[in-house]
Amino acid sequence: MNDKLIIGGHEFNSRFILGSGKFSPEMTETVLKNGGVEMATLALRRVNEDGNESILDYMPKGITLLPNTSGARNADEAVRIARLARAVGCGDFVKIEVVHDSKYLLPDNYETVKATEALAKEGFIVMPYMYPDLNAARDMVNAGAAAIMPLAAPIGSNKGLATKDFIKILIDELDVPIIVDAGIGRPSQACEAMEMGVDAIMANTAVATAADVGLMATAFRLAIEAGRAAYLAGLGRVLEYKGEASSPLTGFLRD
Amino acid sequence: MLKVDRSFSHMEYVEGMEQIPHDIMDKVLEMRKNYDYGKYTGADVKRALMKDNLTPEDFAALLSPAAAPYLEDMAARAKEVTQAHFGNAVTLFTPLYIANYCENHCVYCGFNCYNRIKRAKLTMEEVEKELKTIAETGLEDILILTGESRSMSGVEYVGEAVKLAAKYFKQVGLEIYPLNSDEYRYIHECGADYVCVYQETYNPDKYETLHLRGHKRIFPYRFNAQERAIRGGMRLVSFGALLGLDDFRKDAFATGLHAYYLQRKYPHAEISFSPPRLRPIINDATVNPNDVHETQLLQVMTAYRLFMPFAGITISTRERAGFRDNVIGMCATKISAGVNVGVGGHSGEEKGDEQFDISDGRSVEEVHAAIIAHGCQPVYNDYVRV
Repeated sequence: MNDKLIIGGHEFNSRFILGSGKFSPEMTETVLKNGGVEMATLALRRVNEDGNESILDYMPKGITLLPNTSGARNADEAVRIARLARAVGCGDFVKIEVVHDSKYLLPDNYETVKATEALAKEGFIVMPYMYPDLNAARDMVNAGAAAIMPLAAPIGSNKGLATKDFIKILIDELDVPIIVDAGIGRPSQACEAMEMGVDAIMANTAVATAADVGLMATAFRLAIEAGRAAYLAGLGRVLEYKGEASSPLTGFLRD
Repeated sequence: MLKVDRSFSHMEYVEGMEQIPHDIMDKVLEMRKNYDYGKYTGADVKRALMKDNLTPEDFAALLSPAAAPYLEDMAARAKEVTQAHFGNAVTLFTPLYIANYCENHCVYCGFNCYNRIKRAKLTMEEVEKELKTIAETGLEDILILTGESRSMSGVEYVGEAVKLAAKYFKQVGLEIYPLNSDEYRYIHECGADYVCVYQETYNPDKYETLHLRGHKRIFPYRFNAQERAIRGGMRLVSFGALLGLDDFRKDAFATGLHAYYLQRKYPHAEISFSPPRLRPIINDATVNPNDVHETQLLQVMTAYRLFMPFAGITISTRERAGFRDNVIGMCATKISAGVNVGVGGHSGEEKGDEQFDISDGRSVEEVHAAIIAHGCQPVYNDYVRV
């Protein structure tokens, strides 16, 4: 089956994007392999071009890097970090993260729209991390975003699809890939999101803090594949409230 | 010599000190005063342990004696929370003492102006030599320290040292005497991103009896240093009481509240805690550090973690290696390595004496290996300056 994920003209077979910030670099290769991952994020602030333990050293060739702008507190800082990332050879993809809330690390949609516009103009393939608000997401798409990355729950919270209904609205209304980022705590939640029509899942903490990191990467791959297949297959009829009434409300009609 | 300078009140600003609103200080001191830790029960502690988002009241329960039987649960919960927010990452850094002149008389401190120790201040050439030597160990985060002397180690002197440090390190912190916000802005522009200020004790009466002379006597100026630093553009501010100087439960409570209310007022401010205990120093007959054992220290650290899951916690070389290695990944997120607390000891012979004795003299390489041995990931830099 030809079911590619296409972001900014680039094709991917995998719908599992790995965040790399929270586990040991030497685990990276196993996780990427077991997860069937083709794209992985990279925090520029963790990249040591010349120093110890650079995550870049552990990133196999063939993986598309998605540098993020974590650490940016406003649009201007995000733009500067993105340029630095490109300068050190991380390519044209960029995940915009603008956060100026140190407690929940919730993204600032307003600044993110501004950064999206600036970076799209500079030729970046922009993937903004955002709070799932339809108006802001539309602004980001109009500003040139190649995908939208709404959060499922606060980052690192492993709370699952807390914003499910709002993500569904983005899926229904926008024509770019919707990638759920942050908050996915277990494979079943990833599966649920995929089943709903999300195009890809990004996860980090959930894998990084598992007892067996490699096995959890496998579990996520399978869950994401299952959810995608279910979405493509078209879910059967699901009765949400009650069984069918034995005397239908419309039974009186005589044509 | 233990004479209090009463020519000015320790609660009034003196000339040259920038005044900002006192709202946070008033609230914290009031809550500290009213903190009756004897009233909490095991049920209060269990309730706090079940929450994701703790209130100051929950924090108070976790610091109370009633929490002592739950220390293992607190540790387990702290580990979970630390992993969720920081993954396995543990950041390494080292302090660099560039001067130890001091104008304060703090009765518990090795640098106090009446202690006859070898005083020194590094020249910029010497600072650079030290920086180069430290950078060769692979570290990328450095904390610049001085004694508290504006005349011997002034703001411009510190600024020059910070500029040099920014050449060799990706992250530069500052642990010097408190500054006005325009001075913090200047130092920030020189390349420093974070500021550590220890309030020592949040009991103003006790504070007065321990800080006999010098600018440090002015309690509110010190209290509001982090807020001025944030106003001056610093990214991260660190808080700490020197546990054991006064009632450690009340001081730990006040430290947490201080950070909590500052972050509520400035949501972008990044927060960090350092939980030092008193260590033996010369002329230390009047202070007894013995009431904060490792058990109490861990209670404080896990309480900080659960109250502010997103805050950094730094563990100092005052503690032994076995303690430090076990708190990383559980509650601490930052650890010093290759530490020398004298002036000029990294690249040659020390020019000036040490502030206190350290308990963990391991090199960067050794601490790196210990972090990995504990299933964590050594991180050398977590910040990009733009």
